[in-house]
Amino acid sequence: MIHSLFLINCSGDIFLEKHWKSVVSQSVCDYFFEAQEKAVDVENVPPVIPTPHHYLISIYRDKIFFVSVIQTEVPPLFVIEFLHRVADTFQDYFGECSETAIKDNVVIVYELLEEMLDNGFPLATESNILKELIKPPTILRSVVNSITGSSNVGDTLPTGQLSNIPWRRAGVKYTNNEAYFDVIEEIDAIIDKSGSTVFAEIQGVIDSCIKLSGMPDLSLSFMNPRLLDDVSFHPCIRFKRWESERVLSFIPPDGNFRLISYRVSSQNLVAIPVYVKHMISFKENSSSGRFDVTIGPKQNMGKTVEGVVMTVHMPKAVLNMNLTSTQGTYTFDPVTKVLTWDVGKITPQKLPNLKGIVNLQSGAPKPEENPSLNIQFKIQQLAISGLKVNRLDMYGEKYKPFKGVKYITKAGKFQVRT
Amino acid sequence: MAGNGLSYSEQGGEAAPELAQEAAPTAAPAAFGLFSSDTKKNEDLKQMLESSKDSSKLDAMKRIVGMIAKGKNASELFPAVVKNVASKNIEIKKLVYVYLMRYAEEQQDLALLSISTFQRALKDPNQLIRASALRVLSSIRVPIIVPIMMLAIKEASSDLSPYVRKNAAHAIQKLYSLDPEQKEMLIEVIEKLLKDRSTLVAGSVVMAFEEVCPDRIDLIHKNYRKLCTLLVDVEEWGQVVIIHMLTRYARTQFVSPWKKDDEDVVEEYNENNFYESDDEQKEKDQKVKKTYVMDPDHRLLLRNTKPLLQSRNAAVVMAVAQLYWHLAPKSEAGIVSKSLVRLLHSNREVQYIVLQNIATMSIQRKGMFEPYLKSFYVRSTDPTMIKTLKLEILTNLANEANISTLLREFQTYVKSQDKQFAAATIQAIGRCATNITEVTDTCLNGLVCLLSNRDEIVVAESVVVIKKLLQTQPAHHGEIIKHMAKLLDNITVPVARASILWLIGEYCERVPKIAPDVLRKTAKSFTNEDDLVKLQILNLGAKLYLTNSKQTKLLTQYVLNLGKYDQSYDIRDRTRFIRQLIVPNEKSGALSKYAKKIFLAQKPAPLLESPFKARDHFQLGTLSHTLNSKATGYLELSDWPEVAPDPALRNVEAAEVTKEWTVLLGKTKKEKPAEKFYSESEEEEDESASTSATESESGSESEKEDKEEGSSDESSGSSSSSGESSDSESDSKESAGKKTSRPAEKSDSEDSKKKAKGITKKRNMSSSSDSEASSSEESSSDSKSESDLQSDSQSGKPGRAASSKKEDKPVQDRKAPNKKDVFLLDLDDFCPVASPAAAPAAAVLSPSLIADLEGLSLSGSSVIDVTTQVFVPTKTYELLHRMSGKGLAAHYHFSRQPCIFGERMVSVQVTVTNTTDQKIENIHIGEMKLPAGMRMHGFNPIESLEPEGSITVSMGIDFCDSTQTATFQLCTNEDHFNVSIQPPVGELLLPVTMSEKDFKKEQGMLTGMNEASATIAVAPQNSSSPVIIERVVKAANLGVVPSGQDNIHRFAAKTVHSGSLMLVTVELKESSTAQLIINTEKTVIGSVLLRELKPVLSQG
Repeated sequence: MIHSLFLINCSGDIFLEKHWKSVVSQSVCDYFFEAQEKAVDVENVPPVIPTPHHYLISIYRDKIFFVSVIQTEVPPLFVIEFLHRVADTFQDYFGECSETAIKDNVVIVYELLEEMLDNGFPLATESNILKELIKPPTILRSVVNSITGSSNVGDTLPTGQLSNIPWRRAGVKYTNNEAYFDVIEEIDAIIDKSGSTVFAEIQGVIDSCIKLSGMPDLSLSFMNPRLLDDVSFHPCIRFKRWESERVLSFIPPDGNFRLISYRVSSQNLVAIPVYVKHMISFKENSSSGRFDVTIGPKQNMGKTVEGVVMTVHMPKAVLNMNLTSTQGTYTFDPVTKVLTWDVGKITPQKLPNLKGIVNLQSGAPKPEENPSLNIQFKIQQLAISGLKVNRLDMYGEKYKPFKGVKYITKAGKFQVRT
Repeated sequence: MAGNGLSYSEQGGEAAPELAQEAAPTAAPAAFGLFSSDTKKNEDLKQMLESSKDSSKLDAMKRIVGMIAKGKNASELFPAVVKNVASKNIEIKKLVYVYLMRYAEEQQDLALLSISTFQRALKDPNQLIRASALRVLSSIRVPIIVPIMMLAIKEASSDLSPYVRKNAAHAIQKLYSLDPEQKEMLIEVIEKLLKDRSTLVAGSVVMAFEEVCPDRIDLIHKNYRKLCTLLVDVEEWGQVVIIHMLTRYARTQFVSPWKKDDEDVVEEYNENNFYESDDEQKEKDQKVKKTYVMDPDHRLLLRNTKPLLQSRNAAVVMAVAQLYWHLAPKSEAGIVSKSLVRLLHSNREVQYIVLQNIATMSIQRKGMFEPYLKSFYVRSTDPTMIKTLKLEILTNLANEANISTLLREFQTYVKSQDKQFAAATIQAIGRCATNITEVTDTCLNGLVCLLSNRDEIVVAESVVVIKKLLQTQPAHHGEIIKHMAKLLDNITVPVARASILWLIGEYCERVPKIAPDVLRKTAKSFTNEDDLVKLQILNLGAKLYLTNSKQTKLLTQYVLNLGKYDQSYDIRDRTRFIRQLIVPNEKSGALSKYAKKIFLAQKPAPLLESPFKARDHFQLGTLSHTLNSKATGYLELSDWPEVAPDPALRNVEAAEVTKEWTVLLGKTKKEKPAEKFYSESEEEEDESASTSATESESGSESEKEDKEEGSSDESSGSSSSSGESSDSESDSKESAGKKTSRPAEKSDSEDSKKKAKGITKKRNMSSSSDSEASSSEESSSDSKSESDLQSDSQSGKPGRAASSKKEDKPVQDRKAPNKKDVFLLDLDDFCPVASPAAAPAAAVLSPSLIADLEGLSLSGSSVIDVTTQVFVPTKTYELLHRMSGKGLAAHYHFSRQPCIFGERMVSVQVTVTNTTDQKIENIHIGEMKLPAGMRMHGFNPIESLEPEGSITVSMGIDFCDSTQTATFQLCTNEDHFNVSIQPPVGELLLPVTMSEKDFKKEQGMLTGMNEASATIAVAPQNSSSPVIIERVVKAANLGVVPSGQDNIHRFAAKTVHSGSLMLVTVELKESSTAQLIINTEKTVIGSVLLRELKPVLSQG
């Protein structure tokens, strides 16, 4: 299936290559560079590129292109999903998936890639298994290794792959047994000019951090499970139990993982926690325009809206902006034409406002369309859909775990058209 | 790294003298002179590798791997590296393996040195070492060792460890790509591994199958059902491969479910047939022949893949989606859309592929994605490729109802800063305009407005689209053409100019004044125009010459002269052609007479079609579909066969005996055993919450029996390798462990399974055993316990069982068809206990985890089963009074049986009586007026009803767990009557059994809002427990939960529609009061039930 993998950075250097079958020359990447050039923007590089003898399937993550070489028919999503899993694994191992991290840990990277694919077909992709095979680097371990000459490769052979719970390693032991669940909801919305909602939906995930000894069997129930319209599960979840009782019952993997992701049924009205008042206008036949934006809270269930950031892709004709903000700081990058306004927390008494003059290129025609505003925000301790965890029960182990649930609501792709 | 290198080279230096002698003969061959600059550096690496210290070896290996990773050549180190293959240090070993896999191909002779190490490791007691040795051995791509590999693969394929077998499956593909001549031998190994029951192996071996012999579909038959049932437990990557393979398989093996689609597709639920009363059955029999019946195996595939839509892996979801698209009846394919839309929240690459597939789907079946229209709205931050795909889908989904919202949305897009996207939007508007005639004018006006846009690309695109639109209905658009003629002065984009000129030429008779003037203007600028425009000027000239030669003769000739000396040969050619055609001279041939016809022929309007139209012949989700061209190795999805190949092919060994017999009995009966087998296993799954695991185990057991029995199965010979049988042994050991924990269930499922296969073990049964056997197949829990005993007692004597199998089978087979009527009636009696509706209630555990759970002291799995109703009320309700029904009377009552028409329905028995003195004919259900969400399955039409006759029929209504009224029309030949059924809340339940502990646990989870309670006075005569139980179960369809205390009575049920628990507690207090508590998630029903139960206990 997957023949080879090339990692390419933004400046077009191939800094890692790995072949699972016979070697494919680096020159195959020229087709990729060609496509990249044509696409102008990195975001627009087509994920699938045909070449005379191969097919290139690529993903772009964290400023790195993962370009895989395929020779025969294969479901493209299969490859894409796998490449993302590779990037996730790097992230998991090195804390970041960057060129430097990969270059610094090239041996571990190579060992990982070796374990993840055999002859181009995925072999071990579960983080728990991989961590048993190849220990992730830590500062302490690298010190110890350099002194004792021992290595990152686990000397005990992994058992996880052989058990019928392939996602959990055996013999886990903690002194503090903890289970944390983060219910994170993102609001995707398009708000039109007049402030009415064109489209809004809530996408949520439950990320878990489980540090429990032994083989705990957990069941997590919700106060209002019917809210969850469409759910995708980590493989550990017993599907039938959910089908019949709407209870998440599972033996968790060790460590961090995404338990479920869900979408809240579109019939439910989505409460939009902020509103934006905007006045953006460009004057005909003059090289200036006005810009005035105010952000205010609404329907936020008494919680503070924090971490508010607004980014605007201004039209190309904009030369510069002279603005004053009542709160937070703003920057305008004259090259990319991106205006970023870091607002911070919204206090309802004094609404943050940003206004001033937009300077346009002289002679250029007035931009026809006002730019849309992308808003980011965060609300702690609130799941906007109203989803609530009811209880967490543990079976199979004797100790009493410490349990915690955190709710957070964020803006996903939240766009205000002006 | 560099720093390390320095320090280590010192170390290496120390070690070097000792090993210098060894190092010398391995000097690099001349070929590597090219890399002489590296030699120095490599020299110290060599020395480090020769060192006796593991740490320096390791460091050298790490640096070498670093070189490989960067794509630098490290091949000259081969001899030095390969020596370390036998190193004791695992990490060094691993890195050497990495190196070997990369360079062995180039240094074949030297690579042979390492082979013996692997051969030794292949015999290692540790399965992981065996596996990794096989992996490396098969990865080094040295043709000489093909025989060794073949041997290793064969051996590994019968290894005890499934992990090693998995690696063997991978090795098959590697060997095949190295030496395709081994194909035949490899197919044998694949065949063997396909029989493997481990989920670990399944994905990999199917992958090997796809790569080596995708055309050998015959290898799949026997494993089809196993693969389907194992699928949920296979790892995600394997799932994708298996689903794709099964899609192809199903297309060759089943008949199309699409033919009579939207009409009544009689589902394969054979129970339907069984439950009908006999005269209806005859009707049905005739009907079945006409209508399409889905093969149960086909249904199995669809059902077992459905849960995978919930996978976190986008590839799995897409694979299931394409399976439903290609295999499911059209009415069912809709379930995938929700999951596909969910994937749109993922990263851009996934979005790209998914949107492409949705685009193809939305062309053919709009309805699938219409509810998600807004999910495809474009954001300004989306990459252009995503935007255009979304736009494509929006255009496909446009219809009369949503076009106005869409056009408003498009207006925003047209103004987008991304001009490429804006242009695409204009085309989309054009397509909407042609497809939906109501909005053509609106769109056209909108596009004309865009002509005054400042952006040239937008204007040009609008012109092109308007041209296409006008062509479809040119009648009354003279104004627009004039407007466009004016624009010609300002537009510079060639395509747009060309389009305007063409339009003016084509409709020059409608703008007789403007056209010549346009020609005059363009003639002036002719030499500066683009080729495309020049051609159109020539065209315009020619057309005008033909229609209005007086005014334009000279102009045209001038243009033709210009064209004659143009640089482009295309234009010179066209000029010559036109001149010959239109300008009359002595040489002009016969054609010039027809010039007008040639130039001004009616031209058909262009079809504005989706660019995705052409893609639908590729299987969705494939690379070929994405590229819209056939990728190497793409396997066509065959068309459905006209007649399905023999489904008996898929019967596994045990059933093969059946096949032999059915052959004797003639072909017509062939299908019966298979179907029965199938429907049983469905039920078994539903009922006992037993799962694929148990199923496969019982399967393997029967397989084993087969072997013992030594029957003449074709395949048992080849499959009875040592590995296989030992595997199934270990399986059955496991299952033995399970038996101890859940004896009843386990043997139940096994039992019914065996029976289902026709292996009725009841040797001593008299001939009447038929009906009884089948009744226990329907798995009444009571009759089961009886058969349990039997199967238990017989498990010790397989020989006997086997022989009885042969004896019994034909008897049953021969009789079944003849005795069908009796058979069905019998079943009817039993049908209260057969509970297809129990599925959601009983399915508690996911298969792979049963074993784990059972090891736990505190089992998290409460066993909640739907049971038989405790009490069948006799109370009937009037549906239609004979007076208002003109002599036709109808009553209904609730049978409290699980409904046969659908698991969410309440079954209602309707008794129709004819009180007239004439025959009433064709009584059937007409129009239904149901509240939203409710569904109803009517009874089969009654052909005729004799005077004074009455007949009882059953129907199913899904009340959606509400007490809303279902209104429908009861029709006869002449008349129709509006009738309605309102269910008492107690009938919306199905009783369940659970232990007191489970009850308390569930109750604990349903507190707060979910609890309703009331204190009531209990009439003295009601205070004894039998009376309370009797009264409560009479009022509502509840199951009794055993209670430890005398004064507390517990009842449990599930709602029929949603399967929510409904827990009722009656606690007797002093002074003849009682506390009535109801815990349920369905609070509305809960409170209604509370209200209804109150009087039951308080009244005398």
